[in-house]
Amino acid sequence: MAGSRMKLELTRVVQGRGRLGVLKGLGKTGQHSLEVPGCLLYTHLGTVPHLTQDTLHTLSKLPSVTQVTLSQIVEHQEVLEEFKDGFRKFAGLHDTVLYCSLHDPAAPCPTGYTTNKTVSVWGSSGRIELTVAKFMALQKTVQPDWYQSMADGETWQNNASRKRVRKSVDRTLAHLDECLLVHQNSQELEAVEVFGVVEGGDILEERVRSARETAKRPVAGFCLDGLQTGSMDQALRTQLIIAVTKELPEDKPRLLQGVGRPDEVLACVEAGVDLFESFFPFLVTERGCALCFSFGISPDLERAVRASPAVLELNEEGDTARDTQLNGDLILDDQTQMTYFEINLKEKRYQDDFRPVVEGCGCYCCKNHQRAYLHHLLVTNELLAGVLLMIHNTAHYHGFFVAVREALAKDKLDVLKRGVLGERGGQTERKD
Amino acid sequence: MVSRNMAACVECGVDRNAAVNNMPVKKALSAAAPLTLRIVAECTVTKARACDLLLPHGTVSTPVFMPVGTQGTLKGITVDQLEGLACQICLGNTYHLGMRPGSDLIEKANGLHGFMNWKKNLLTDSGGFQMVSLVELSEVTEEGVKFKSPYDGKEILLSPEKSISIQNSLGSDIMMQLDDVVSSTMTGPRVEEAMHRSIRWLDRCIAANKNPDKQNLFAIIQGGLNADLRKTCLDEMTQRDVPGFAIGGLSGGEEKDDFWRMVTLSTDHLPREKPRYLMGVGYAVDLVVCVALGCDMFDCVFPTRTARFGSALVPWGSLQVKHKQYAKDFQPIDPDCQCPTCKRHSRAYLHALFKSDTAAMHHITIHNIAYQLTLMRSVKQSIVEGRFPEFIQMFMRRMFPSRDQYPSWAVDALASVNITLE
Repeated sequence: MAGSRMKLELTRVVQGRGRLGVLKGLGKTGQHSLEVPGCLLYTHLGTVPHLTQDTLHTLSKLPSVTQVTLSQIVEHQEVLEEFKDGFRKFAGLHDTVLYCSLHDPAAPCPTGYTTNKTVSVWGSSGRIELTVAKFMALQKTVQPDWYQSMADGETWQNNASRKRVRKSVDRTLAHLDECLLVHQNSQELEAVEVFGVVEGGDILEERVRSARETAKRPVAGFCLDGLQTGSMDQALRTQLIIAVTKELPEDKPRLLQGVGRPDEVLACVEAGVDLFESFFPFLVTERGCALCFSFGISPDLERAVRASPAVLELNEEGDTARDTQLNGDLILDDQTQMTYFEINLKEKRYQDDFRPVVEGCGCYCCKNHQRAYLHHLLVTNELLAGVLLMIHNTAHYHGFFVAVREALAKDKLDVLKRGVLGERGGQTERKD
Repeated sequence: MVSRNMAACVECGVDRNAAVNNMPVKKALSAAAPLTLRIVAECTVTKARACDLLLPHGTVSTPVFMPVGTQGTLKGITVDQLEGLACQICLGNTYHLGMRPGSDLIEKANGLHGFMNWKKNLLTDSGGFQMVSLVELSEVTEEGVKFKSPYDGKEILLSPEKSISIQNSLGSDIMMQLDDVVSSTMTGPRVEEAMHRSIRWLDRCIAANKNPDKQNLFAIIQGGLNADLRKTCLDEMTQRDVPGFAIGGLSGGEEKDDFWRMVTLSTDHLPREKPRYLMGVGYAVDLVVCVALGCDMFDCVFPTRTARFGSALVPWGSLQVKHKQYAKDFQPIDPDCQCPTCKRHSRAYLHALFKSDTAAMHHITIHNIAYQLTLMRSVKQSIVEGRFPEFIQMFMRRMFPSRDQYPSWAVDALASVNITLE
């Protein structure tokens, strides 16, 4: 775009793909930056789930970019139009970069509702159909710093035909062109960036075509859509990402949608992804679980973390969760199911466990509360359970991204992978 | 830990508003009750007083509203947020906590303070009220309240000894005696029986308290809506050496005319140097009137419960944030409110957020607690500055659109303490 200031400065590229750097020039005045690989702040209508600003700001080093989704905003369009000052101010968010995506990565989006000219989003009061005109009118009222272009992302299901996939790539490119046309003629969007969307389902040639064509447009970065957890296994996802990123310019960021599990994040970082959405800690919170995986890379720290009972115990119990995960084909991976990276604090064994969720964790939850208390809040259905878990899970997840960057900087991604995946680091066969 | 300066004496502060009083300035309490009441000021017109109540976990300014944290948590609010609102005391419910997670576990966690990591004071009820209101199959005998656990169906007896034993495990700063609770609208011999039984149970509770040097036990005045029964109960209970008194058996759907008369009768006969706690009262008008009638402490689930339904408390009543009329209202809930919610968010945003996230409830909960605590601080300030009568006039004018909408019971109650509403 004419006014594009967003700039990706890479400091290191590992094995030709894994990228370490800083995304600079973010925000209206360009004063914000975001380290990559990194994640955005996941929100419901600008609010990190369960958290007020007070509780959110017990967390240090929050990502400078807040993600809001059009699916939640669309039903408030009239309100925002009357408000006039954009969504950021409406939501009481003062000092953050605002990114507006199309769908909520944590909410399933029913398929079968796109046409050549429209896509549908699902808000709290049901389906709303968007044309490019409506989509762009929304962007003008939301006034984000950057937004995802309108896209037909319905081809993530593994039964999508080649014809359907081709159509989705064509439609998405057409939507992008239309969006860009409106964008360029809208003064109020002058300093706003657009991310083009790469589609193509699980068909390599379509992925490559989508990437190549999108890269020709004046976009600031790329959303990799239709690769979310549950749509395909990691081997295929890695293969597609590698093929796609080959077609994309080095100096523009790649945001992967719908992938949040730490093991998948690591694999995708290695394949060349820069940005992730942080909806994973929210999913973990909603099932009453706490993230509890090791991500130390310096040998001392790693030993310290590993020696803590929390992590040793995790490894024991991880077997069950992990086996469930790796049981059979991964295609129908259920996002509501507990993963290897968390503990279920509702389990009776935590009833009289007076340790923090994660020993040594510096978050408000771990510094102030014990597993026994969280267990009690969960079994009594108290609202504070969600608050405390969301604080911890967010802190833990963001800590993991810090570790990913550190590992890339020190060339220790393998060490990190072993730590995150446990003793069998990276092995995929079952051990029974 | 109880520090040394929580001495077992009552100091009646000398102040310019103090009415003539015949009470001794210092009066020995029970062996070492960890409570000191310093009367900072007394209203010269009404029976209102402003005090500092020194408890093991810090000083509580009265009149005070105590938010209710039923299950060891205040509905989505962290203990730091609660402290940030300058809350000095909150409630826990013995019945709920005794059931889950159980008193043994809480004892292991260093009491309820340790379990929920709350550094200020805690008050626990006796569990009796919930038993009668929540549990259908309960039976009251001289021994105690017998009921079936709703969790495992086991028969449980909550005796005065058992209630105190649980409250000792919880380690609250103020414990409540087990009383025989009957509906406030009940009449006849059952009310009298319950009153007498509550006196006998008070004696058993006093005898059962293992930590009289760390935990205060309050008596609960019963007697329904019958003045003679109330008076008998007051005569008997005030002879007991307890550090404080609660006025119980009210706020249960009785006529407000009966309610305030029982309150004022009680404060007329309660000793000046001990705190008076009016149980279950939390509407703003009730609070202001009952402060004028001489009550110091109040609790109610209303402000926090109503918050979760989107009802925000404001000086002119309440505001239903979920109502459509606020969808495009870009002001804060109360432009004069200094709470974190009002300083950051508009009615319109909260209205929208209610459809998307539980944090909307937390925002209103915080606002409502702030409203209650601020109201009580303003009340105290006005008593200290000798302008409580003027405060009441202003408060009522703001709360009601016109004079003829003032509830008659409030007009009468205030008239009884020399306030004629303008």
